Amino acid sequence: MNTLVTALIVVVGVPAAVCGYIIATEWVIRGFASTTKTKLRPWLWVLPAFLFLGVFLIYPTIRTFINSLFDRTGEFVGLQNYADLFGSGGFWQVLANNALWLVFFTGVVVVLGLVIAVLADRVRYESLAKAVIFIPMAISFVAAGVIWSFMYNINPDIGTLNAGLTAVGLEPQAWIQEWPRNTFMLIVVGIWMWVGFAMVILSAGLKGISTELLEAARMDGATELQVFFRIILPLLAPTIAVVATTVVITALKTFDIIYVMTGGLFNTSVIGFEFYREQFTNRDPGAAAAVAIILLLAIVPIMLINIRRFQAQEAIR
Amino acid sequence: MTAVNGMAGRTPERSDVAGRIVRALNRWPVHLTLLIISLIWFLPTVALLVSSFRPPSEVLTNGWWNAFTLPFQFTLENYENVLGQNRMGGSFINSLLITIPAVLIPIMIAAFAAFAFAWMDFPGRNILFILVVGLLVIPLQSALIPVLQLITGVGLTGSFLAIWLAHAGFGLPFGIFLLRNFIGALPKEMFESAYIDGASPVTAFFRLVLPLSVPAIASMAIFQFMWVWNDLLVALIILSGGGPSVQPITVTIAGLVQSTGQGWHLLTAAAFISMALPLVVFFSLQRFFVRGILGGSVKG
Amino acid sequence: MSKFRLMAPFMVLMLVLAACGNGDDPGNGGDGDGDLTGETVSVVVVWGGAELESFQAMVAPWEEETGATVEIESTRDIDAVLQTRVEGGTPPDIAGLPGPGVMAQFARDGALQELPQSVKDVLAEQYDAGWEVAGTVDDQLVGVFIKTALKGLIWYNPAQFEAAGYSVPEDWDGMTALVDQMAADGTTPWGIGLESGAATGWPGTDWVEDFVLRQSGPDVYDAWVAGEQAWSSPEIRAAFEAFTLWASDEEYVDGGPSTVLGTNFGNGGDCMFDDPPGCYLHHQASFMGGEGGFFETNFPDVAVSGETYDFFVMPGIDFDGVTSAGDLFGMFNDTPAAQSLMAYLVTAEAQQIWVERGGALSANKDVSPDAYPDETGSRSAEALTGAETVRFDASDLMPAEMGAAFLEAIVDAVQNPGDLDSILADLDAVQQSAYGQ
Repeated sequence: MNTLVTALIVVVGVPAAVCGYIIATEWVIRGFASTTKTKLRPWLWVLPAFLFLGVFLIYPTIRTFINSLFDRTGEFVGLQNYADLFGSGGFWQVLANNALWLVFFTGVVVVLGLVIAVLADRVRYESLAKAVIFIPMAISFVAAGVIWSFMYNINPDIGTLNAGLTAVGLEPQAWIQEWPRNTFMLIVVGIWMWVGFAMVILSAGLKGISTELLEAARMDGATELQVFFRIILPLLAPTIAVVATTVVITALKTFDIIYVMTGGLFNTSVIGFEFYREQFTNRDPGAAAAVAIILLLAIVPIMLINIRRFQAQEAIR
Repeated sequence: MTAVNGMAGRTPERSDVAGRIVRALNRWPVHLTLLIISLIWFLPTVALLVSSFRPPSEVLTNGWWNAFTLPFQFTLENYENVLGQNRMGGSFINSLLITIPAVLIPIMIAAFAAFAFAWMDFPGRNILFILVVGLLVIPLQSALIPVLQLITGVGLTGSFLAIWLAHAGFGLPFGIFLLRNFIGALPKEMFESAYIDGASPVTAFFRLVLPLSVPAIASMAIFQFMWVWNDLLVALIILSGGGPSVQPITVTIAGLVQSTGQGWHLLTAAAFISMALPLVVFFSLQRFFVRGILGGSVKG
Repeated sequence: MSKFRLMAPFMVLMLVLAACGNGDDPGNGGDGDGDLTGETVSVVVVWGGAELESFQAMVAPWEEETGATVEIESTRDIDAVLQTRVEGGTPPDIAGLPGPGVMAQFARDGALQELPQSVKDVLAEQYDAGWEVAGTVDDQLVGVFIKTALKGLIWYNPAQFEAAGYSVPEDWDGMTALVDQMAADGTTPWGIGLESGAATGWPGTDWVEDFVLRQSGPDVYDAWVAGEQAWSSPEIRAAFEAFTLWASDEEYVDGGPSTVLGTNFGNGGDCMFDDPPGCYLHHQASFMGGEGGFFETNFPDVAVSGETYDFFVMPGIDFDGVTSAGDLFGMFNDTPAAQSLMAYLVTAEAQQIWVERGGALSANKDVSPDAYPDETGSRSAEALTGAETVRFDASDLMPAEMGAAFLEAIVDAVQNPGDLDSILADLDAVQQSAYGQ
């Protein structure tokens, strides 16, 4: 019975309540003058979003920032937590790992996602080809950890990669014990999981490009490469920017792969894992908060690039 | 692997076989590249799939490829073991009850906000929008303690409502970011002519924006569905105190493995059981990834 | 759209109703030890699989007797879940704690409740005094051990021993002579596996702890646990050196250091079952043996207790003693039902249920050695209760930050045994900050 009520709420109620809100807003402002309406309306449309964001993300972030100014005895220490982080040799190692993630994870995920989206768009088995790339996204991190410990296991009787090496007469390798190779091996796991993400979104963007435009270019004798670089790529640029921004942020906050595969050992730790370690292992909420705030500051340049992009988009429409 | 071959082999069955073969040959680099990438991507999944049908003693002591050497030792034991958990059925339903609203709510709310950010003028909207995107980087773990305190404060812990709202909140930044980009690319003339015809923004939103953004909405739905479906941490925190009657499938699966790690081979079977539904969602939303919703009207 | 308009108020109502439906507060209400019917106790544990089933079997008689329900949630990410829930204001009534070190931290934060007299009574009657001491922080009893394990066992394969003409050593000199003999005969003596995901290295901490206790004695061990013995001191350094002498040398350990670090601890002794054997000896806790232990799971037809696998307790060096570990429970909400459950769990009646199902030792003196289903269980229980000096796993006793640094040091030391100076200096630095909280 209880489940039935919940199911009813789930299937009918939730969409109705949400749609009902936006219809109600128009009804609420119906009496106002047209210019007042225009001023009021956008706020009503973004209000639900900011209510949610305020409660679940903005308020916690403010709390995090305040925490970052205190030590674990609860004493105000100003920026000392930040100074401590940058003063420790380990943190620079962590930043170096994040830099590797940023460059290689982002680069490969975006480029490979684009290549697959464009190629799959041209074959009849598009859905299946995309599904194969997408499956890793649907696998939980724990299961992905199980798979990749099979792949990287040092014992050639268990580890797929080492079985391959010994089959061609090479020595088995300890894939995740030597830096920086281990970070690259972990980045490979990340790439395996995230290319599907880039592919799906770029594919959605690709479907918005009109067929007539492409056919016209082909009629005019453009080669496929020219069509790709002169038409598809510029038209897809905003979508690529969305994907790239999201993937950059993913690279910066990588946590699960490190947590499942190495626990930050063998010099593989990243900022996202340091946050977890400070918060839950070392029980130092101040230091953890400082790590989270550093993460937030690290994306400011990317955000600035995005602002420029919006202004450009609006200027031409 | 067999699946990929099957797909490729299906192509020439339609009309004009000879012409198709010629065209297919011209495009062999496309097929070859896709085939190679697919094979690489599929290998780890195949390893997991094969392992899920092997007895534990085999999985633990030798590689998955040995499954194909005689004597064959395949078993359904792992699947029986996972499905035999007495809470499996109930937790599967719970996962559905958690996931569906946790996908629908942020999609609608993100679409409202994205529409406003893209097509309405208000002071500070770029700054506000960037703020939204910046929130993407907040580590979930850092938000959970304050959020749990709030939820406890209003007496919602352990309820589905609390976890719907939490997942909606955590999923919004990505949703708004993605949808604003797509909605912002819709042609301006379309809105102008709709407003001239006397349509309100609400009508324009439901009649024009939503139908035309279907591929983007479908993408967002796919990812939000998977993130919520595979979530373990938020469920353990936000549903705390709700007891087994509200636990999602991820919590039940986590209970398969002993603290010393014995039983992890069951995760192979569990992975495929829990992956089934997200894949169904992926395939069924694929049909929204169609060309030409916009006709020829998109400009750069 | 008119449909939406009609539905909206209805839906809001539904949401409000759903919200209110969850407002009732479980736990409070029972008076004293009286009627607990309908009460619930929420328990968060790290156990899964067979362990979880054993625990469920253990609480079932209590549920039947009291009419109360135990709601069990299982997570291996216990640090994050417990801390977040405690700070968020929704701790479980009872939870498994990662170790005594974390227990002390929770107790000092005021999160753990003092256990009632009913629990203390059972402990006083049925346990050695040491167990109550181990669960006490600042004169308050806050933790009890639901099950224990004996650490520092040396596993070997009797069939392979016989074939090679080796015999079980009587003392430490015999032990080192045996190891050297094996190396001289051309087989690496040890099989070691330190890989354990995020906890990689922990079997190495057990090695070092066993050396500290046996080389330098319980006083040094206790000072070390308390943060009063420097890691760079000769005593602790000697223990690290004794460990890496074997664990970092491919003459002594199967596959050499990279295999040691890359092999899961559950597979660390697999080489004893190779033909010819890749190793003869494996150092690990009591959970390796018995039904459901790693040997019989990995080699279902080959591993037979007493025939192809057996153990002896690691001999004393300058001191005698054994190390143990255990699963601690603490109480976060002081409800009558939670009190009643805690008092029940430590009784011999409850303890016996898990013991009979295998995989656990009980610290309760009233649990008969006959209750253990296998040789591994009964003999390790005997060794644990018969030992003069028992010390708890040091890395679990230390503050979590120290324990994590210890793991990292084990990994570093196995990879680069020559860097021991700087590794121990780093540990000294962590010791300075970790104990200061």
